[in-house]
Amino acid sequence: MSMDRRQFLKIAGISSVLGLGATAASATHNIWTKGLDPEQADKNKEALIAKRWAMVVDMSKFKTEDDFKKVIDACHLTHNVPDFRNADGSVNKKDEIKWIWEAPYEKAFPGQDNKYMSEHIKDMPFLVACNHCDNPPCVRVCPTKATFKLANGITMQDEHRCIGCRFCMAACPFWSRSFNWRDPHGKNPNGEPFIKNENKEYPTRTKGVVEKCTFCTERLAVGKLPACVEAAPKGGLLFGDLEDPNSEIRKIVTNQYTIRRKPDLGTGPAIYYIVGGSDHA
Amino acid sequence: MLEKALVGSKKYWAWVFFLGALSIVGGYYYYQQFIYGLGLTGLHRDVTWGLYIGQFTFLVGVAASAVMLVIPYYLHDFKTFGKIVILGEFLAISAVIMCILFIMVDMGQPMRVVNIFLHPTLTAMVFWDTVVLNGYLFINLLVGWVTLGSDRKGIAPPKWIKPWIYLSIPWAISIHTVTAFLYAGIPGRHFWLSAIMAARFLASAFAGGPALLIILALIVRKISKFDAGKEAIQAVGRIVAYAMFANVFFLGLEFFTAFYSGIPGHAHSFLYLYTGLEGHSELVPLMWTSTVFAAISLFMLWVPGIRKNEVLLSLACVMLFISLWIDKGFGLIIGGFVPNPFEEVHTYWPTMPETMITIGVWAIGFLVLTFLYKIAITVREETAGIETEH
Repeated sequence: MSMDRRQFLKIAGISSVLGLGATAASATHNIWTKGLDPEQADKNKEALIAKRWAMVVDMSKFKTEDDFKKVIDACHLTHNVPDFRNADGSVNKKDEIKWIWEAPYEKAFPGQDNKYMSEHIKDMPFLVACNHCDNPPCVRVCPTKATFKLANGITMQDEHRCIGCRFCMAACPFWSRSFNWRDPHGKNPNGEPFIKNENKEYPTRTKGVVEKCTFCTERLAVGKLPACVEAAPKGGLLFGDLEDPNSEIRKIVTNQYTIRRKPDLGTGPAIYYIVGGSDHA
Repeated sequence: MLEKALVGSKKYWAWVFFLGALSIVGGYYYYQQFIYGLGLTGLHRDVTWGLYIGQFTFLVGVAASAVMLVIPYYLHDFKTFGKIVILGEFLAISAVIMCILFIMVDMGQPMRVVNIFLHPTLTAMVFWDTVVLNGYLFINLLVGWVTLGSDRKGIAPPKWIKPWIYLSIPWAISIHTVTAFLYAGIPGRHFWLSAIMAARFLASAFAGGPALLIILALIVRKISKFDAGKEAIQAVGRIVAYAMFANVFFLGLEFFTAFYSGIPGHAHSFLYLYTGLEGHSELVPLMWTSTVFAAISLFMLWVPGIRKNEVLLSLACVMLFISLWIDKGFGLIIGGFVPNPFEEVHTYWPTMPETMITIGVWAIGFLVLTFLYKIAITVREETAGIETEH
């Protein structure tokens, strides 16, 4: 068993013990829940630490369909996200699970389009995932604290505590959460397993629980950047500490025009988008 | 008193076995769902709650509606409700049991539900709902059992039960308010994000629950010597009429805000439910059935001449019950999920196993109701003529 998995389980385990609200100082302004400080559990020297992890997505860096695919595959393969397919090879929408995916502009930012906008802009693909909100409704509604905030801003998911009530799915305004409608260890009609190349470094899930992006907490703990960030075109996905005035992403968010999804709902998304130019795929 | 449920006519046992058979069929399909997962239902990533949660929401209302009998009888000393009040309390018990079962069959990991108590989360409405529902079940079991037990002995109920009866009143309001809060505090779901939700829930509950009670009281009178009283049934009918008027009014308020504000997100779910959206109109016939039934039943209950005719009254109650069941047990839940947060329309329809499990839970609820009513009726038949002061 490698370090990655151990670190993940450590954090998950401690979170169960301290479920009733750790007193770690929170960098976020969350009126409902205090964040759990992963450094309480994690003494690893190489671990990447931050006061507030956040991401900047620069869509102008994504040129081809392959740029998106690489990112999505990297995430889904790393985290053993099952790939449900119909007999004809199309995505089985009924069972679908996704942590990061692409959505056209008009769907990622509903209400921001207008009728004169070209189809090209409306259809511009955006990478979407869990926004690791400052004030996440999913955490507020979870009756078992299976989803909870870390002090570094990450919204975590404990699939071992989740009872599968799916309240977090109803509460998330970004549709970032997926449910295991069936056992992810089965096979598609064409005989291929849902999880083709299981990554032994990361746990698989069971039926009846909710899962989502965790900003690769398990990789940060061993000094690695999130899998999507590594797989993205240079400068496409920037990951860093928003509370650090000298961090690259802080400078971008301060000095450039960025947008967030549904900011009016007050959840405080931590993914900022730089809208791309016309050279877009 | 339990033994009274074990003695009955052939018809009684035929009914019990019929319900028992339905429960077993439901249990069989639940076993299938337990093994395969919730994928056996029509639910998917876009509509994550459906028939089960709809039934739960609707039945919390039925349970809460007992308060419409408890308030007049115990607070205002409205003696006419002396006999029917026990039917209301026992209906509440079976409704809460169904609620709990519907929550259980909706869980992805039912073996872990105890986590709700192991990790109590005060910010989670589900935690509070679990607390108030179980509390309400306990209060009604206690009150129903103690008052009926006293009736049986021909004595007045003990004094210590009074505080429990009074407690049941705000408690009944609380179960449906908290159930409305499950929906009414979620950002990004415009259809549910409405301050009138709890009030609307209570209004529809106080119409739908007593309507069911009227039907049950009329059936009980037909098959036994237990007569809740013509006057009592009429009084409940008036309560149903007022509550239904409030419910329709509140629904109208929702329409006003959604359409006069002109905010697209507020109107989308209403459009999906009542006109269809992006070519999807699966729920339109159902919602209009609900609307027409609501209008007709309200008219029938409103006109005294029609309401006083018990055949027409029961017809109105059946239509009203169906109307509210569609509106709250189905449309309210599905409407909240369509369109999804990406403004895509993905529809939902229950599968056969899901429907059988739902029928199974209703059958278990009615089985409990049958036993409880059998006990109450037998006790009342034995003490017929003896009037006790509560």
